[in-house]
Amino acid sequence: MTASTAEVLLDVQQASRSFGGLKALSEVSLHINRGELIGLIGPNGAGKTTLFNLLTGVYPPSSGSIILNNESVGGMKPFRINRKGAARTFQNIRLFTAMTVLDNVKIAFHQHAKHSMFTSMLRLPKHFSGEGEITQKAMDILKIFNLADQFDELAGNMSYGNQRRLEIARALAAGPKLLLLDEPAAGMNPNETRDLMNLIAWIREEFDLTILLIEHDMSLVMGVCDRIYVLDRGMLIADGSPLEIRNNPKVIEAYLGQEA
Amino acid sequence: MKKLNKSFWIGIVFAMVLYGVIQILLTTGIFDDVMESTLILICINVMLAVSLNLINGITGQFSIGHAGFMSIGAYVSAILTLNFDVPFVLALVISGLVAALFGVLIGIPTLRLNGDYLAIATLGFGEIIRIVLLNTEYVGGASGLSGIPTQTTWTIMFLFTLVTVVVINNFINSSHGRACIAIRENEIAAEAMGINTTLYKIIAFALGALFAGIAGGLSAHKFYVINPGSFNFLKSFEILVMVVLGGLGSTSGAIVGAIVLTVLFTVLQEYPELRMIIYSAILILMMIFRPKGLLGSTGFSFKKFAKKEAKPSDSINS
Amino acid sequence: MEYFIQQLINGISVGSIYALIALGYTMVYGIIKLINFAHGDVFMVGSFIGLFSAKYFASVGFPPVIVLILSLVISMTVSALLGITIERLAYKPLRRASRIAVLITAIGVSFLLEYTGVYLLGPQAKGFPEIINKHQFQLFGSSVQVDSNQMMTLGTTVVLMIILQYIVHRTKIGKAMRAVSFDMEAAQLMGINVDRTISATFAIGSALAAAAGVIFGMTYNAVDPMMGVLPGLKAFVAAVLGGIGSIPGALVGGLLLGTVETEISSLGYSSWRDGVAFAILILILIFKPSGLFGKNVREKV
Repeated sequence: MTASTAEVLLDVQQASRSFGGLKALSEVSLHINRGELIGLIGPNGAGKTTLFNLLTGVYPPSSGSIILNNESVGGMKPFRINRKGAARTFQNIRLFTAMTVLDNVKIAFHQHAKHSMFTSMLRLPKHFSGEGEITQKAMDILKIFNLADQFDELAGNMSYGNQRRLEIARALAAGPKLLLLDEPAAGMNPNETRDLMNLIAWIREEFDLTILLIEHDMSLVMGVCDRIYVLDRGMLIADGSPLEIRNNPKVIEAYLGQEA
Repeated sequence: MKKLNKSFWIGIVFAMVLYGVIQILLTTGIFDDVMESTLILICINVMLAVSLNLINGITGQFSIGHAGFMSIGAYVSAILTLNFDVPFVLALVISGLVAALFGVLIGIPTLRLNGDYLAIATLGFGEIIRIVLLNTEYVGGASGLSGIPTQTTWTIMFLFTLVTVVVINNFINSSHGRACIAIRENEIAAEAMGINTTLYKIIAFALGALFAGIAGGLSAHKFYVINPGSFNFLKSFEILVMVVLGGLGSTSGAIVGAIVLTVLFTVLQEYPELRMIIYSAILILMMIFRPKGLLGSTGFSFKKFAKKEAKPSDSINS
Repeated sequence: MEYFIQQLINGISVGSIYALIALGYTMVYGIIKLINFAHGDVFMVGSFIGLFSAKYFASVGFPPVIVLILSLVISMTVSALLGITIERLAYKPLRRASRIAVLITAIGVSFLLEYTGVYLLGPQAKGFPEIINKHQFQLFGSSVQVDSNQMMTLGTTVVLMIILQYIVHRTKIGKAMRAVSFDMEAAQLMGINVDRTISATFAIGSALAAAAGVIFGMTYNAVDPMMGVLPGLKAFVAAVLGGIGSIPGALVGGLLLGTVETEISSLGYSSWRDGVAFAILILILIFKPSGLFGKNVREKV
């Protein structure tokens, strides 16, 4: 499991996080190489989303280090981490519901906007070229996700499945190197889930992405992931190929223990 | 973007026609001085409401201290013209910038708060500004300043109002304005999508304060006297009511709210004893039966006149 | 030192009034997350009702202590009914509306009470009858003085606090109030009558404000329809200072604010008194928004 530093995109060392006296994550270390699609699984309350929140700056780690693209990002504000190249989706969808589908995606392009606030306030030519470029790029992304014909719809009025897809489209629009997906298939039926997994595999190739995927359902990630990390009660209990994970007694126990 | 472009120019033409008609009515004497004063008051309130809407309605930051920024503008501009003979328009610009500076200074510590807590903090700051003015001899203490030159004419007033509405509307309809709306919609997601939410909240606060300050300066140079009592919590609340009455989050709503409330106050002036009772009863009934305001949050737009079906490809070629 | 203690005693007396009003703010906020801006005006109404009943009972010839108790009871009962009515008519229809709409309604109710008062009673202040003649007492042979009114204020506050503690912690309705403030929906599912619980909260809060109103009248001897505005805002500051939603917090916040204000006035800065109250408010909000006794709440991501 040793990788040369040039290939490592995300390197987490001994990251811990506690809330009050409660230790939500203890000394989690993991790394993700460029281009990998990694699964993060574990029973409910294992700390998967907490780990995402540390990686994206929602809270700083209590201790430990997070290196993204050779730069320490532990404790950085979320918008900075996003600009450093890590974009995410949320388990409980967080779209800008009263904005249109197109505007939702445009928000992610804002960080690349070439026109300043003052050119906009005065409607100088630069405002129109800047806005036009953002619109063009946002529409391109929507086309990939088959959402282009709904561009003028309010995000909150879309179907559940489309809201999930829009959230991924929005994350992608930020131009990330690392994409973090928090249970993207939650609440979808098996057909929708299969389509989504195919889409994820496709955008990974197309955009040269590295992806970290949280999934509650173990069987789902087995097919698509290169490697899998397993969290249980705030600790990393296993990592390896899907086959290794499937046969790991600790993992089986964590899952069965939860069901028992 | 073409759609927005077209509605923008229709709006500008409409404003010009409106100005022309009123100007004719004023010069021919069909509208008297009282009417002119009412029109100026409406414009002042439009500036205040549209600027507060940027903070409350667009960025979703619940502020009820807007009269504080207005008072800063009023006092700064009055002192500049009274004691330093600064030309009127320059004094207005400076007073707006000073108010914006205060917006930044107050915004940095308070904008980390959200919801009710922010509302209370802005209320507190508004009151503190008033109490400081009350205790400052240089600005006349409780009796305030008087003899301020009455330089706010209808034409100047209209121009400033138009600039305020156009600039704020342009801001809202740009990527920067969308960043503010995203903060209102979901602050955590906005931050996760690379929006510097703190920065944009402060920008919205400062822009709102800027125009409120200018409105304060125009008001001081219309009504000849200012004192701390005219910029108390009730004034802040009045501006908030205008914004909510029209429909929180829409510029046109804020304009309509400002007009309706100013006219209502002018009409109610005839019944001084029942004025506030009627006003408060209207407020309560309005909130119970039409909590989204007269126009709702989408507001009215000249878009409806620009008939062309919206297509994003337009913007690319325009 | 004696001077300082004297001011402390005066401060506690003012602070008791703030504390009694602050309790209503904090209880209502705790249960429906509403800053009830009309609360200061319920205090004003309570004061006027106290004034009218005191005048009536004194003219009938009751002894002073009975006059005081009857005035307090009547004022508290009527104000409790007023509180329930306000909640039912103005706030209940808006329970699912945006915060801003509810806040505007609350301020609307506040204006309605104030200006109806001005319309019916006139804007000028009215004298409050001296129910109990003031006596000065020397404390421990020093020059520190306590008057009978201050003792009455403290006595009433302590008695009301004990009753409140009993209601909140020992009765069914108190249990329901705590449950609703913790999680309204869950409480409803457990069979608690949420509407009745909210009404009870308004009733108790309004009754306490009315008691403060009577005490205020007896202390300052003058009442007017606008008298509720500033004490209302100050009491709210006290509630935030103590930690909004916390009953002991409101008490401590009120006493603390009263003391600080009196000390500032005694130092000769009385015109800055209100400014200091608001400065405290802002400092608390920035550095410890949960107040002295409140809990921190954070949004789940």
